[in-house]
Parts: sequence; structure tokens; C-alpha cells
Amino acid sequence: MTEKPKIGVYVCHCGVNISATVDVETVAEYAQKLPNVEVARTYSYMCSDPGQALIKQDIKEKGLNRVIVASCSPRMHEPTFRKAIQEAGLNPFYLEMANIREQCSWVHEEMEEATAKSKKLVAAAVAKVRLLEALESKEVDAEPAALVIGAGIAGIQAALDIADAGFKVYLVEKTPSVGGRMAQLDKTFPTLDCSACILTPKMVDCASHPNIELFSYSEVEEVGGFIGNFEVKVRKKARYVDVEKCTGCGDCAAACRVKDRFPSEFDQGMGKRSAIYLPFPQAVPAKYTIDPENCLFLSKGKCGKGPKCQEVCQAEAINFEQQDEIVEFKVGAIIVATGFDPFDASRKPEYGYNDYPNVITGMEMERLVSASGPTGGKVTIFNGEEEIEPKEVAFIKCVGSRDASVGNEYCSRVCCMYTAKQAHLIRDKIPDANIRIYYMDVRAFGKGYEEFYDRVRRENVRYIRGNPSEIFKRGNKLVVKAEDTLTATPLEDEVDLVVLGVGLEPRADMRETMDLLRLSQSPDRFFLEAHPKLRPVDTATDGVFLAGCCQGPKDIPDTVAQAKGAASSAMIPLARGKVMISAQVAVVDESTCRGCGFCVNICPYTAIELVTVNRFGHDVEVARVNEALCKGCGSCSAGCLSDSIQPKSFRDRQILPQIAALGVLR
Amino acid sequence: MSSNYEPNIVAFLCNWCSYAGADLAGTSRVHYPANIQVIRVMCSGRVNPLYVMNALQQGADGVLVSGCHPGDCHYMEGNYYARRRLGMLKDLMEFVGVDPRRFHMSWVSASEGHKWKEVVEKTVEDAREAGPFEGFRRRQIDW
Repeated sequence: MTEKPKIGVYVCHCGVNISATVDVETVAEYAQKLPNVEVARTYSYMCSDPGQALIKQDIKEKGLNRVIVASCSPRMHEPTFRKAIQEAGLNPFYLEMANIREQCSWVHEEMEEATAKSKKLVAAAVAKVRLLEALESKEVDAEPAALVIGAGIAGIQAALDIADAGFKVYLVEKTPSVGGRMAQLDKTFPTLDCSACILTPKMVDCASHPNIELFSYSEVEEVGGFIGNFEVKVRKKARYVDVEKCTGCGDCAAACRVKDRFPSEFDQGMGKRSAIYLPFPQAVPAKYTIDPENCLFLSKGKCGKGPKCQEVCQAEAINFEQQDEIVEFKVGAIIVATGFDPFDASRKPEYGYNDYPNVITGMEMERLVSASGPTGGKVTIFNGEEEIEPKEVAFIKCVGSRDASVGNEYCSRVCCMYTAKQAHLIRDKIPDANIRIYYMDVRAFGKGYEEFYDRVRRENVRYIRGNPSEIFKRGNKLVVKAEDTLTATPLEDEVDLVVLGVGLEPRADMRETMDLLRLSQSPDRFFLEAHPKLRPVDTATDGVFLAGCCQGPKDIPDTVAQAKGAASSAMIPLARGKVMISAQVAVVDESTCRGCGFCVNICPYTAIELVTVNRFGHDVEVARVNEALCKGCGSCSAGCLSDSIQPKSFRDRQILPQIAALGVLR
Repeated sequence: MSSNYEPNIVAFLCNWCSYAGADLAGTSRVHYPANIQVIRVMCSGRVNPLYVMNALQQGADGVLVSGCHPGDCHYMEGNYYARRRLGMLKDLMEFVGVDPRRFHMSWVSASEGHKWKEVVEKTVEDAREAGPFEGFRRRQIDW
């Protein structure tokens, strides 16, 4: 670098976010005196158009060749300012940010100490920025295809949107059928649309769409590569049924020796299925699957004289020899739509979910009222003596939500409304039922929700403000013990049926997805988005997007909206056909590298290899970095014995002056 | 040790977990001591053990390195390298007579704003107890 550094320092007020705690003028005055600083200014909002214009103008008029913005986190606005200085003709990597908002003004109270710290951070930035080098980002081709993980309503919608735009979609679903949780629901609030009627056409569409390749009963096993070029391995689990031959007639399930013995997952365990089964009649694909744990032939090696299913199958589709199959393909973007688990009500033992059969969850209620459910939509219960229509029904809301005792402080957002809807459905089916809902607060925030809540109240559904403390049995009745907190009246309420409005939880298996895609969790344990407001469908991993309840509890309209958002974001690299790859990669100084190969072993991406070069007439081995594979983590560098391998923008000679600047200014 | 001694802490934070966690502490307006200054690196695996010694040499009284939780590294295994290298450094520091309270390692995820505050408080408190660091001769900074 022959050019003398000319630095511009721009200190942001961020309204009063920074300036209320940090004396920005003092910081600018201080910066002005630092070596190589040409100009130091403050402005109310540096990221705004006039703020950026200020920087650009100085670059042009004062010939600045380095820029420091002291404002928010670089995780927030580094791309913004990189773009700004690039527009003024400067290399975008000649920028350094001092984080004086998230890590200073917002966390410290005393103006004196916050100002002193800001000065240090600016000094450290000055020390580093002088030594930054110009980098060129490279573009590589992006595969015009997407992977969608999970085929609930979020995954289905995202897949359909991307496929309709003309890109190839690989849709991977863990269970034998697409549809997810929404397929289990009876009616949807607040419009009372039948869930199946609005969902099943989409299920059929996504299976028949020419651009969608559906992998049901399959799991993503491995994801490598990066945005634009993800390499995906999918395991198609053995169904023991040849899907090409299976006609979905159901003769096998009827003939199964262990017919209707196992709890049906789809019916929340309230209905039964055989070992060979279709999860539900409208399942897509309409192909049978053998459950290997319960099938006598697969688990015990013997099923009478021979498996009956095989005997009756006219299509000869049953194949006990079938093996898992691994399929590999490349995609440019990935959408995670893995959904949620309903809260496990047995974790609230005071409600007796494990003890009393007539304490059920909201999901079970959905199956009970559904025409396709185990009772054909008739709401009946067994009270210990006889099958009765429950006349006294209690709902309890916020079970497993807004409850620090089970580690869920968040609101699940759907329970208020599904409880109201279920109360309405019971009123519909049992007009003389006495229905009450125990609640903490009613949150009816969506379009048409408040109106629906009002309507349900007018249908003589009693809302009692109070969180029941206990449910116990008295004769044939269940007693809900609570306090009506509005009148301070203790209650012992005798009922026939209790419905627990269970909340939504992160999936028990989300760890696998996290490891697969390097995702993080937010404090509520759902997947963490890149920014809670401005990048709600993005993740920290470029090219990986979130849709639906895996990111946080959502109702169907919000899920669909987010799925469409994720689809449109995922289509950006696909439509461009190119992606930028990071320029901040490691580079080897071949004149000092001794070719020991430590870095080769350290690199988790196998981005480094040893090559033979000629040094002063001798053949020697040196390390060389494949820039397309390097992610710039720098682990190699800290392990290098001769400091020969260095990540650009985070070289030793760029970090050490930062350390010096922070240390010396006591 | 003067009564109004405030320790000077240099921290190295990985971009993906701990730096984001520290940002979250800010967004959540969690207050913690201002003694800590952060240097952002892409991965805790980038932190050369010599940086820690260098920081002490340059005038820091305590050093903190924080990365993703084991198993959560954005770069798959960088934090394991950090753990090995810096664990060894900690032993070595004790051996050469540097108070081990001056050096901390922690795992703070992007969602652990409150944990970050606790880590900072502990680091500052320990460095405060250890007193001003005069162990190494300070080099002149050449601008």
C-alpha cells in the first residue's frame, strides 16, 4: 500500500439512541486528532440518505480512502455503508465500524464512561482501518433450484410459489404424507373454513406440480456447500411398499394381522391404525407405508404363515426387501418449514392429563370434532359408566404458554382463537352444553378475530378470568378448582370434559435441523431469524430461510404470509442465477509458508491443500487456499506456526493494532 | 492498588454467536460494566493465543474470549480449536505467573443477552480482584 491513509470518521447520533448516553461531539473531536484522520463528523442518522450522502461527498471532495462509521452493530448496517462507499468509488472493504450503540450506549448508563469507551472503540477502528486491504467479491453461478424441508402448510405454500415461478423444488417431508398439522385441524378460525377443504387441493397440487419433486417419508441427511450451491443428501426411508405399484386401495391394512392395534399419529392417538397404514384418507401421496416397529414380519421376522398384506395386495406392491435410498442433488436456496410440537400436557401434572381420560388437549379436540376423526365428528366421551354427550365443558387456556414454570414465557398466539373456535363448534353440536373458558387474557389480534371472539361470547360461552390450580375427580365428574379473579370467588366447577388449550413448542428434533444448517435458536428456543423486524425470514446462514412455526408460533394466515416471503427471498439467488461469495477468505504467504500442513488438517471445509512450488530453484510444498470453499473463519491462521496463512480483513497485522489501541488508552 | 482502579478488559467475540449475543444484550437494554471493549472476529477459532498475551502486554488487565457453544460453531469446529488452544494457554499463563483470573473463556449464543451480562460482570470482577496488570513491560505504540 503506497497510498497514505485518509480516514473519515462518522459518528452517528442515531436519534437519541446513541447521543443520550454518548457525547458524540466529543467523540468526533477526539477522532479528529487521531493519526491519518482527515475529517470527523456527527450526524443524526448516518444510515439515512443524507447521512450516506455526507460520507460520499467527503470521499469525493476530500479524497478519503478509508471510512469509519461509529454507530450501530456491523451486523446491522455494515452492508449499507459498504454499498455507500462503493457508490462513491471506494473499495467496499475500506470500511470499519465501531459499535457504539448495541455494545455501548444501550448497555452503559454513565455518559462519561460510555463516551470514554466510544473513543476507544473509534481509536481501535482507526488503528485497523488504515491497514485494511481492497478486496474483490466474486460471483459464482447459483443452482436454479430450492430445497424445502417440511411439507406442512408453510412448506407446501413456499414450494408451490417457487415452483410456479419456474424453478425446481425438492420438497422433503419426514412423515408418509404432506399436510402437516393443518391437515389435522377441523375448522379454521375465524372464518370456520374447513381446514381439509382449503388444504387438500394444495397438497394435491404440490404432489402433481411438474416442478416439484416430492420426497415423502424422507429426511435430509446432509447439507454441504453454500448459498447458490448447496449439496443435499436426502434419505428416502424404506416404506416396504413400492410406491410405483401401490394403488392405495387399502386391502393390505384391512388384512393386516395387527389390524387397528396402534395409536394413529394423525388422530392424536384417539383412533387406531394397522401396521401398514395410510396416515389419513386424504394423504398425499396416497401410498401405504409399513411401520417397521410394529409390523410383525419386520420386527419379529414372522407373521403367521406369511405376511397377509403381501397375500392380498393385487398390485404386488409390498416389498419387505426394500432398503433406504440416498438421493443427492444441488440447490441454490433452502427453506426450513419444520413446524412445531404441541405442548406436552403431562408436563402440567396438576391438570391430570395423564390421569383422567376426559382431560384432553386442543389437538385431540380437533380430531374429536372432525368429521374425519375417530368418532366421525360426534362429540362423545366415556364417563366411567357410559358413553355420554358432555354437557358441562371447560376450556383452560395458556397451558404451556406464558408459563415460566415450564420454560415457555412466550404467547403461543393461536390458543385464544382455537379455544374460541372449539367452544363454538361444541355449541353447534351440543346446543344445550354449558361451556366456560378459563383464561388469563384474551388476545384476539388478527383480522376478524375480535369479531369472532365477540360472536362466541354471544353464543353463551362463559369466559372466567382465572388460571385453574388443579383438576381432580369427584364421582363421574371432573372438578376444576380455580378462582374467578374478577370477583375474587373461589370455584370448584364440576364438568364432564376439560379441554387444555395447549401451546406451541419448538420441535423436539429441531437440534438435528440446527446442526444440519448451522442455525441458531432465539431465547424462546424457536429458530432465530436474521433480524426480528427487517429480516424475519432470513437466517444467519446465507441462502437458508425460515417459514412458519419453526420460527415462532403463528396462525395459518401468518404462516402462509411468511412462507410466501421466504419463497420470494429464496428466489432472489435463483432468479439472478448468480451469488456473491465472500471476499474475506484466507490467503497464504507462499514465501514464508513451510508447508507443514497443519492448516490443511484444521480446515473444516477442506479448502486448503498443499501444492509444490519452486522457491529459489528448489521444489517446496506450500499451502494454497481454494477461495470458493473457504469461509473465512480463520481457524487455520491461529494454528499456523509461521503466521503465513491469514484471513483477509482479519489479519494479524489488522487485529494487533486494534488490541494495542484498546490497551494503551487506559 | 488505588481504590478507584477500573480494570481494562479486551474481549474477542465470534461474529455469529457471542457478538450477536452482546448485540442482543444491547437491544434488550441489559446494563453491564463499561470496562469491556470488544474486538470482533469471525470465529473464536481465529483467536491466536498470542492475542491474549499481546492484549495483556499492551495494557489490558483481563482478556475474554467468547464463542458459540460447543457443537454450535457456525464454522462447525472452530470453537473446539479455540477451547484446546486457549485452555492450554490458561495453564501456561498460570505457569509463567499470570493470575488465571485475568483470562476467561465463555460460550454465549446469539440468544443469550443476559448470559453475556453475567460473563462480563464475572470477567470484570475477577480482573478487579487481580488488580492492575504490570506483569509484562509495555511496548511503545508506533502509530
